[in-house]
Parts: sequence; C-alpha cells; structure tokens
Amino acid sequence: MPSDTPLMPRPWKTRLALPCVAFGLLLLAWEFLARFAGWSTDVFPGPLKVFASMGELIANGTLMKHTVASLFRVTVGFYLAVLGGIPLGIMLGRWQNARLLINPMIQFLRPISPLAWIPLAMLWFGIGDKPAVFLIFLSSFFPIVVSTTATVSAINPIYFQVGANFNFTRWEMITRVIVPAMIPGTITALRISVTIAWLVVVAAEMIAVQSGLGYLILDSRNALRMDYVMDGMIVIGLIGLLLDYFMRRLGRIESAGWHN
Amino acid sequence: MGHIVIDNISKAYRNRRRQQRAGDDPELRYGDQILVLDHIQLEFQDGEMVCILGPSGCGKSTLLKIIAGFDQPNDGRIVIDGRAVTRPGSDHIFVFQHNGLLPWMTVWENVGLGLRHMTDAPAKAERIAEYIEMVELDNFEHHYPHQLSGGMQRRAELARALAVNPELLIMDEPFSGLDFLTHMKMREEVVNMHEFIRKTTIVVTHDIDDALIMGDRIVVMSGQPSGIKLDRKLDFDRPRDFQKEPALNQLRNEIFLMLGVPYAV
Repeated sequence: MPSDTPLMPRPWKTRLALPCVAFGLLLLAWEFLARFAGWSTDVFPGPLKVFASMGELIANGTLMKHTVASLFRVTVGFYLAVLGGIPLGIMLGRWQNARLLINPMIQFLRPISPLAWIPLAMLWFGIGDKPAVFLIFLSSFFPIVVSTTATVSAINPIYFQVGANFNFTRWEMITRVIVPAMIPGTITALRISVTIAWLVVVAAEMIAVQSGLGYLILDSRNALRMDYVMDGMIVIGLIGLLLDYFMRRLGRIESAGWHN
Repeated sequence: MGHIVIDNISKAYRNRRRQQRAGDDPELRYGDQILVLDHIQLEFQDGEMVCILGPSGCGKSTLLKIIAGFDQPNDGRIVIDGRAVTRPGSDHIFVFQHNGLLPWMTVWENVGLGLRHMTDAPAKAERIAEYIEMVELDNFEHHYPHQLSGGMQRRAELARALAVNPELLIMDEPFSGLDFLTHMKMREEVVNMHEFIRKTTIVVTHDIDDALIMGDRIVVMSGQPSGIKLDRKLDFDRPRDFQKEPALNQLRNEIFLMLGVPYAV
C-alpha cells in the first residue's frame, strides 16, 4: 500500500468514480435488506420500487412542485438570516461593548432547537410559508452570527492599523479590510448553515403547510406510501449534496482565495 | 519637511508579572501601572536616518507605536513639523515587521493604497509603476503578497509607504525573519533608498551592526523603565566597514558593554 498523499489532487475520473462505488454499495445493501430483512415491501420497499414511484412523482409534477416549495422557503429564510446575521456579526466582532451586551443572549438562544419554536411560530405566524420561513431563519441566523463574530474578531489588527495609517474612513475599513478579510471564513460558515437550514425545512413543513418535501413525507406516511417517503428523502439528500457542491465552488472564487 | 520632536514621552502599562518584579520601587511605578518609557526626549532633523537600538522588551517598539499614533502616551507628545501627532496618518507611515501588506490586494493595489484619492488616473498609474520599479518589483505588480518571498513583501511595503510621500518613515525591525543574505541586501537597499529620497526615517532594531551601518544617528535605549543611554551622530563615510573604520568598531564595542553583553567571548 503506498502511503496516502492528501495534497495530491486526484484526476477527475477518480473523484467521480470513488463516490459512485460507495453509492453502488449502499444500493446493494438496501436491496439486500429489503429482500431478506423480513418486512413487506410496503413497509420497506426496495430501490427498484422506490425509483419506479419516483418516476411517477416526476411525471405527474408532484415532486417538482414540492421541491420548488421547499427550496423557496429555504432561500427566503436563509437570505433573511444572512442579511441580518452578517451585519450583526461584523458589529459584534468589531465592537467589544456590543459583544459583551449581546453575546450571552445569543449563546442562550442558540442551543434552543428551532423545532422548539414550532408552537410559537404557528401561533404568531398562522399557517402558510411564514412559520416555516421563520424556523429556517432561526436555524441559520445564530450559526451565521456566531461564526461571523469569530471571523471578524480574528482579523489581524495590523490590517486595521494599515488602514488607519492610510487615512481609511470607517466605510473604507468595512469595504477594504473587514469584508475581504472575512470572505473565506464566511463562505465556510454559510456552507455549514445552509446545510442546517435544509435540515430544518423538512420539520418546518410537517406543520402548517400543504406543500414541500417535508409535507410530501408526512402526507405519504399518512397514506402508508413508504416508497414516496423514501423518494422525498432521496431528493432531500440530492439537493443537500448539490448545495454543498455549490458552496464549495463559491469558496474557490478568486476573492476568497487570497489566504492560500 | 520632517522635523520630529519626541517631547517628554512617558508610557505605562498594566502588566502583572512586571508589576510584581517592580515591587514598591517608586521609580518603576506610574499610579497602579508599570512604567515602560520614562520621559523620553529626542529631536530628529529633517532627512535623518535614526536607528533606535535596545534589548527586547525595553519599550522601543512601544515608542514606535506612539510615534505612529497607534498608541497614546500617558505623558508628553510627538511633534512633526510643529504639529502634534495624535493619530495615524499618511504623513507618518509605519512599516511593519511582517504581514503589513493587505493579503487580498495585489502589489499594484497595495502600493496604490495611499493614492486612492488621486483623480488623475494616468498620473496615479504612473506613480504606482514608478515606486514598484524603484523596489524592483516590476513583473510582480499583479501578484498577491502570499506569492512573494519575504524580502519582496518588505520591498512592496516600502514602495507603498514611499508612494504617499510621507514626512516620516517608521520601520519596526525591518529585517527580522529574513535569511542572512536577504537581510544584507535589503539593508543595502534601505540605505540606498534613504540616500536617494532623504526622508526622515526611524528604524528600530536589536541588531547593533545594522544600526551602526545604516544610521546617521544612533540612539541606545535600555533599562526598565527605558531611558536614553546614548544619542550620537554617526558621520562615518559610506559604505561603512567595521574593518576599515576603527572608530566604528570602537563604538560597537562600547554599545555591547552598555547593553551588558561582552563583545568578545
């Protein structure tokens, strides 16, 4: 066995083939369990049945409709969290008094699972998109604030001294020092929090809405269609994979690459 | 012009370890703090290259930060051409030991940092190019700092500092962390640069040879709290050579003894 060389970039064929092997093995294990574990195919459908029913759901447009609804809620909730969380994080990272004032409160609210807010969200926002968007907002707002604060407060103080030396205004300190300095850390933070937002959307859609992948799963459970439940799970996983891929790509753009 | 007065500067810090060591000695106390700089009084002429020498921890970097306006003295003031300095500004530029370039900007953008208000774009570009050429970084304009060697980074920072035509250049250990040959070459370049532009330059160093080779004037600080032990004009011819200049060698030995280190072991 040659020793592992983690820094050597692998050719794209290897990078594509290795994950496919893992997925192939997962499918085999699934098929094996579905056949021999003793449950009926209604309770534990095999891959073939699941993919066939996925074809149905794609053909009649149901899957597309629910996927779009989920993506819409995640997008809105996540953008709100970014718009509120990043400026707040910059403020907390730069201004120690603000950090002393607000940080303990944030650390208090942060460990409360967004799911605990469900009853309040329903009472406050009624039914429809709003409570779901609110829960997604909550789920990604705190991680974004906390990591932005950490990133900004870790900026090398020399850069602010350089800025002051060249008579930077307060605005220039933000646009020419803080923002470029925080981009690499922030992209990592967004990558993590978008995954959390996507994780929460399913739970959020099990209440108070009539669409979305979470609703599809809940509704299919009520109809005892486990194959549809699994279809929903597969689409959630695939979209999570894509989100992670795009956030990685974002991390490779030039303005994020200065620290390499 | 670049006439600098360091007028009676005192600086005290809160530092528990040193406070314990100081005990109740009233000379080391400043209220409940520990005195680092004790009434420093110096005056530099326009165009002088002043080398401030001292053992580590003697407060020479603190003095430099106060001159730059990054730190405030407890007492006294810094006066550049008759105006008191209270904060950083582009008429007195600080050149950092390390990491002074903004890493998300290319050499070109870094050198242009102090020229961003110039409205005449061709003139601005010409000026940036001129200073990049002066430090021999043409061909590296569009490189990011992490793509440059340590010596090239220092030169780019020097170009950025000079491009704004400051009254005073403040250099904190400009050669620290460079390998021996780069150190020597960089030292020569700084001396040549200074001969050429004749800006008042304050260099803090712990390297006695650097101070004696480069300085028009040498200031030795020592003690805790720091005072001035020696302040002398150096009018030896350049290029300076310890072997050919017995007086220079003599002074070197004197400074070694002054700092409590034997020069021959």
